[in-house]
Amino acid sequence: MLNLLDLLLAGLATGAIYSIVAVGFTLLWQTSQTINFAQGEFVMLPAFLMLAAMQAGAPFWLAIPIGILLSILLLGLGFKMLLVDPMLRHGVLPLAIATMALAIGIKEAVKQFFSAEASPFPSIVPAGDVSIFGRAVSLQSLGVLALAILAVIGLTSFLNRTSIGHQMQAAAQNPTVARIIGVPVERMILLTFLINAFLVALASLLITPIYLAKFSSGEVLGQAAFIAAIVGGFNQVRGAIAGGLLIGVVDNLSAAYVSTQYRAAVPLLLLIVIILFRPQGLLGRAEERTV
Amino acid sequence: MTAPGKYLGIALGAIVIAALIVVPIGFNRYGLFILSQWAVMTIAAIGLNLTLGYAGQVSLAQGAFVGIGAYAAAIMTAQGLPLIAGLGVAVVLCFAIGWMLGYPALRVQHHYLAFVTLAFSTLAFLVFRNEEWLTGGIYGISNIPRPHIFGLATNRPLPFYYVCLGSLGIVSLAVWRLVRSPWGRAFVALRENPVRALSLGIDTRRYTLMAFAIGSALGGVAGTLYAPLTQYIDPVPFNLSLSLDLLMMVIVGGAGFFFGPFLGAMIAVLLPEWLRFTQGYYLMLYAIAVILLLIYSPSGILGILDHYRSGRRTRAMSALRAVAESKLETAP
Repeated sequence: MLNLLDLLLAGLATGAIYSIVAVGFTLLWQTSQTINFAQGEFVMLPAFLMLAAMQAGAPFWLAIPIGILLSILLLGLGFKMLLVDPMLRHGVLPLAIATMALAIGIKEAVKQFFSAEASPFPSIVPAGDVSIFGRAVSLQSLGVLALAILAVIGLTSFLNRTSIGHQMQAAAQNPTVARIIGVPVERMILLTFLINAFLVALASLLITPIYLAKFSSGEVLGQAAFIAAIVGGFNQVRGAIAGGLLIGVVDNLSAAYVSTQYRAAVPLLLLIVIILFRPQGLLGRAEERTV
Repeated sequence: MTAPGKYLGIALGAIVIAALIVVPIGFNRYGLFILSQWAVMTIAAIGLNLTLGYAGQVSLAQGAFVGIGAYAAAIMTAQGLPLIAGLGVAVVLCFAIGWMLGYPALRVQHHYLAFVTLAFSTLAFLVFRNEEWLTGGIYGISNIPRPHIFGLATNRPLPFYYVCLGSLGIVSLAVWRLVRSPWGRAFVALRENPVRALSLGIDTRRYTLMAFAIGSALGGVAGTLYAPLTQYIDPVPFNLSLSLDLLMMVIVGGAGFFFGPFLGAMIAVLLPEWLRFTQGYYLMLYAIAVILLLIYSPSGILGILDHYRSGRRTRAMSALRAVAESKLETAP
């Protein structure tokens, strides 16, 4: 019998990574009504960028900043200027469809230029177990959890305690008024895209050692992030964090106690129930409808 | 449309239909397979176009309905029943599930609805994969027989292509009549302004559910043809990406245009084949082409034509106005 504590810890560790991805997802939605169907592929790609840097001869510690930087350039700046900016005026749906096409494009590019096989990826947290209260606990889970929590705390305090963070929130909540009081809204929106690119690169760094680097791994990740974002609340950063943790734990517990075959079904059922009975999410505000 | 334009349209349609019947006679097995696949995917996309393009409900579950139809057909024919029985089961099943899936559409809209249908799509995939007693699990169902139509065997690729084409013809005619009926107009009213539609006495609840159910049932029809076309099915083709592909077909062709799905499916099924000489790059190029098209025209290919036509009409009208004005000015 697997013990509950291990399951909870592993669940929280993957859940914390889902949270990071889901936060980026909700940030894009808030500031520019972008439903990024390529978010999972955004998480898959940076690991390959880092692998490419390592193949080019860079050591792992150098490959990480290179990967993050490239990711910010490609998935932040490039994504915004080449895809979102020209599509934004067309409305939510065409933009969402364009991100679906982008997801196919990224997957195929990785398959073509790197490999169709899964590649191992070095972990920044050493493998092994530590003993806590006389019980062996996976160091990797602990390390991932600690790093992810650090990232989440860093991001929320950036959003809530710094002037730029406040300006970003203002730009997201009410661009017109924000512009009047002198917030450089365009720059704030760009910043959101860069932050999202940074977050997915971080998530990539944390999750790829667990799941291996594979071109198709974005599908599962993207879906987990969607579900996390919606369950928690599409328009709330803290909602996305709570949703991510919840989905991670539910996923792991249902694998152990419900059925390994249907483990993926439990978060989906949770999603449907939440949408039907509390569409704004557990922690979200109701969105005003303009009919 | 003007009278000569109408005749031109009919003539063009007749030529295209004749070409679809005559040209493939010389095709090899693979070419016929691709064309049959186009016909099948077009049927599924027509269904989605009804839900999305006419009624304005975003569905990411059409691929799951194709899967339900395909499994219904495969399981029924494996029991020795005729394909038409599989078709019946598929249509009824998809209609009923589509109707139930429409209920969230009554409560939530737009992206939330997309996510409910996305969740359903993945759930359906899990059922296909895990319920081995019914679906054969990951091993799938093989040796699916092709039907006898009026006593004629359609085992060979060409006759079966005609089965797919004929089915596409029947579905097209039915949907053509549907969108021109009061029902079709109610669907459009639903998309354009649900509140006003309600105030005009349209039962928006019923029509939303109806749009979902009919669109889903057409997905089932496509699935019923898909199973005997490939003669082997497993869960993989019916995962979420099929639903996303179908949605892209509808948008790329032009959502809300009758011929949008035909074009969209043609691009999604045939363009990768034409780009095959680029080897591994073809899906990448396809993705880039779709993005560029959407940037240029978010309403799809038929959106470009429509835009061009209405632009020409506006120009023609303003020319007429200019003439009229100049006559007024020169009048004594």
